[in-house]
Order: sequence, then structure tokens, then C-alpha cells
Amino acid sequence: MNYYMEFVYIISSILFILGLKGLSHPETARRGMHYAEVGMLLAVVGTLLSGKIITWEWIITGIVVGSAVGAAMAIFMPMTAMPQRIALSHAFGALAAVLVGINEFIEKGHLGELTSGLMGALGFEVLFGALTVTGSLMAFGKLNEMIKGAPITYKGQNVVNISLFAVTVGLFVYLIFFPYEPVIFYTMIGLSLLIGIFIVLPIGGADMPVVISLMNSYAGLAAAATGFAIDNKVLIIAGSLDGSSGFILSIIMSKAMNRSFANVLFGAVGTPQVDTTNLAEARPITRFGIEDTKFVLEQAERVVVVPGYGMAVAQAQHTVRELSDELEKRGIKVEFAIHPVAGRMPGHMNVLLAEANVSYDQLLEMEAINPTMDTVDVCIVIGANDVVNPAARTDKGSPIYGMPIINVDKAKTVIVMKRSMATGFAGIENPLFYEPNTKMLFGDAKKVLQELVTEFKKV
Amino acid sequence: MQIELIYILILAGFVGFEIIKKVTPTLHTPLMSATNAISGISLVGSLVAAGVAGGGVNSDISHLLGFVAVTAATINVVGGFMITERMLKMFKKKERKS
Repeated sequence: MNYYMEFVYIISSILFILGLKGLSHPETARRGMHYAEVGMLLAVVGTLLSGKIITWEWIITGIVVGSAVGAAMAIFMPMTAMPQRIALSHAFGALAAVLVGINEFIEKGHLGELTSGLMGALGFEVLFGALTVTGSLMAFGKLNEMIKGAPITYKGQNVVNISLFAVTVGLFVYLIFFPYEPVIFYTMIGLSLLIGIFIVLPIGGADMPVVISLMNSYAGLAAAATGFAIDNKVLIIAGSLDGSSGFILSIIMSKAMNRSFANVLFGAVGTPQVDTTNLAEARPITRFGIEDTKFVLEQAERVVVVPGYGMAVAQAQHTVRELSDELEKRGIKVEFAIHPVAGRMPGHMNVLLAEANVSYDQLLEMEAINPTMDTVDVCIVIGANDVVNPAARTDKGSPIYGMPIINVDKAKTVIVMKRSMATGFAGIENPLFYEPNTKMLFGDAKKVLQELVTEFKKV
Repeated sequence: MQIELIYILILAGFVGFEIIKKVTPTLHTPLMSATNAISGISLVGSLVAAGVAGGGVNSDISHLLGFVAVTAATINVVGGFMITERMLKMFKKKERKS
């Protein structure tokens, strides 16, 4: 490693850090990304010109093919497919790390340079890498609805997973002492691939934000381990930035669901306790039609929209924005309250609403909106359920008790747009629907909103 | 393996932690695609694997592994940055009359 390369890599690292720093505000974010892009260009070009590269045809072909595929995905993929794309990209990043790891194992094996230290780094690299590849592909399959989205559970699942993990770690430890064992090395990779599949199998759609964040973290750790294996500092820095980012997101997501990591990974919300004891039949709900809704909205001064995954499914974000425009025309203040785990990945709702041209200063976090919820005249809940369930606050017996929620029930009027009375993902009855200030507006979110907008435009 | 690499890992982890804590939740999706693009830096590792191939019997395997790795990492770098830009472009502040 010469000084020229070290210099290039340290500049790249600084640019990456500045790039991520830009993301603290939407206004500085794009400039930040430009820093990061320059950093990447420097690192790649620097490496290419370092004099270490002997053969070019594979590199050029790889870069051309990769750029074409990457660009096509970036240009043509609809925003609604964002969770899938993110999951897929974790798989690609981890795949690169695993392959570099295998290559290093072969090369160094031949040269007789497989030390225990190197093996430790390689082991982490392929372990994290391999389980991220299959884990992310599973998440991709679930998000893309190629695999059943509901949790897949079976008896003894945790025992199987934990023993599989123990065996894999055992092989890893063995390899550190006896690195020249290709069979063990490849078996370990195979087992890690299995772990990735098994670990995501029991995780349901609503827990996807945690899984995606966790995979983000693992992909970063695999990259950092690659840096150790090939003695490359920029890889370590970029990898640990990615790793800590995924880690923080996982913590935020878990907290927002009031669950621990372990609970998300091993807790499999498989069989929802459908506890409809005294709520379902006994208490009446108030139904609202389009005109009632319009009437209530017209009287309001402050309206808060709470979107959930249902809005994404119905592709209703553009219609929501139209409604918000109509209300604003009438001098009504409209804001959007976004729960951290609304949707299928961190920030899912924000991206969809931004795509629909909602101004980012209208997008508020749960903590920002809750204290003033009692001054809200109308709260419109679109395709969200568990994240607005007051049982999380009041009912100690509820499975979601303690989970932070958006306190929509404190608004003067709550309008819940829903297809039917079906329970949310967690299968928990929602007492919100029976509150006297709650009005149920049944139907497909997009259709209902469209009718509402038409009604407003008539005037 | 040198001890200084562990220093770098730990310090970079801290820097990452402090910076990412300050990222606005509104931009959490762009954050993920951005960190993804950045960790596509394993492209650098892949380049070395694809282009150096330390002679001997395994150079074909090396080239092949390197080629697939370069392709996968480039998809992440190019695609990741492009889609992050595309998303960030959508986050606009509207001028409102009120």
C-alpha cells in the first residue's frame, strides 16, 4: 500500500462522511450526495490507476454491465417498489463481499498466507455476507409477494435456527485454527446461506422495516470485514458507516414497535391472538359517507393525515395530496403524521408522499405531533391500524401494549378509512373504531379519496 | 492483520453513529440507499480481485469471481447513487400562500 493510495482513500472517506452528514436536512442532502459520489469516483479511479491492476477486460465488462443494470433499475423502478429495491441492493452488496472473500481464500491459500488473523476477517466477511445475500433475497421475495408475506412458522423453529447458527460459528472457530480446509470453508458459507433464509422465513410484512435495517447493517459489516481481509482502510470506514447506519435504524424501528431485536428475529408474530372477546359485536361503530366527511373537513381548521401501509397498497398518495390541496385552498392547515414503522421500510411513507409532491415540512414525526393532538380538529387515518391503536397505551393485556402510537383518538374527530373491519397485521382488535369521536369510512382508500376530492372540486 | 485497522473500525463506527443519529427520519429511505451505494465500495476490493489475479492455476476462477463481484458492486454504486438522487429530488418545500 503506497502513500498515493492512502491519500486518495482518506479523501474518499472524508467525502463519504460529509455526504452522510448532508442527510440531516432535506436542503443539504443533495449536495451531500454529490460529495459522496465524488468520493466513490476517487476511490475507484484511484484503485484502477494504482498500478496493481493487470487485466482489464473483466473489470471493464463488469463495470459496464453493472452500470447498465444499476442505472436501469434506478430509472425505471417505481417508487412504490422501493422496499424491494433496497432489499435487493443489500443482496448485491453482500454478494460482492462474499465473492471477494472466496477469491481471497483461494489466492492466499495458494500462496500459503492464510493466517488465523486473515481467516478471522474472511470468516466474518463470508458469514455476514452470505446470510445477508439470502436473507435479503427472502425479504425481496416477501415484499414483492413472490413468497407468502405472512410469517412462516413451524414447531421447533427457534431450536433449528439456533443450532444451525451454533454449528456455523463452530466451523468458523475451527477454521481460525486450521485455515487450510476448503471443505469446511465452503460448508460454512452454505450454512450461512441457509441461516439467511431461515431467519427471514418467520418474519412477517409489518416487521420488514427491522429486517431491512438489519440487513443494511450486515451488508456494511461484511464490507468492513472485507477491508480487514484485503487490508483496505476505505472499505473499513465505508463499511462501518453503513453498519452503524443499519444498526441505528434497526434500533429506531424496534423501539417504535416496542420490541427487542431478539423478539423480532425469534419472536415470530406467527399466530395472532385474535382476542375479540367483548369488543367486536357488542359495541356500535359510526359510519360516515363521503358527504359527512366533507362536511366535517370543511369545518376544520387543522387536519392531520396518518398514512399507513394501506395507503401504499392502494397507491393513494397522489389522491391524498389532491385532498390536502383542496383543504389548503380553503385555509385549512394540513399535516401528515408519520409513525416510524408505517410501511415496509424506514421512511417509506415520506418517500411516497414526497413523490406525490407533498412539501417535506408538512411531514411530521410522531413525537412532534402527539403533544398537540388535542388541538387537531380532524384526523384522517388512511390504511394504518396498529400504529394508531390506543390499546397500546391503555390495555395492559394487549400484545402491543407499550408500543408508541400516534394518539389520533385525542383529536376532536377521527375519520378512519379502511376496507373493512378486519384487524391489522398484528391481528389485534382496535378500540379506536368504537370511540364516539371515530367515524368509519369504508372502501378502497384511493377510490374513497377520489370521490372526496371530486366532491370538494364541485363547489 | 494490524491493530490500527481495529482503531479505524471503532472510530469510524463512532463517527457513523453520531452522524446517522442526526439524519432526519424523513430521509431514512434515502439514507439506506445512500449507505448502500457507499458500501458498494467493496467494488474496490472486487477490482483488485478481478484485475490482479495472482497468476497460477486459479486465475480463471479469480477473474470470474472478480467479474461477478465487480458487476454486483457496480450495480449498487451506480444504481444506489442514482436512486438516492432521484428520491432526494422529490423532497421539496412548497411555497404556500398561507
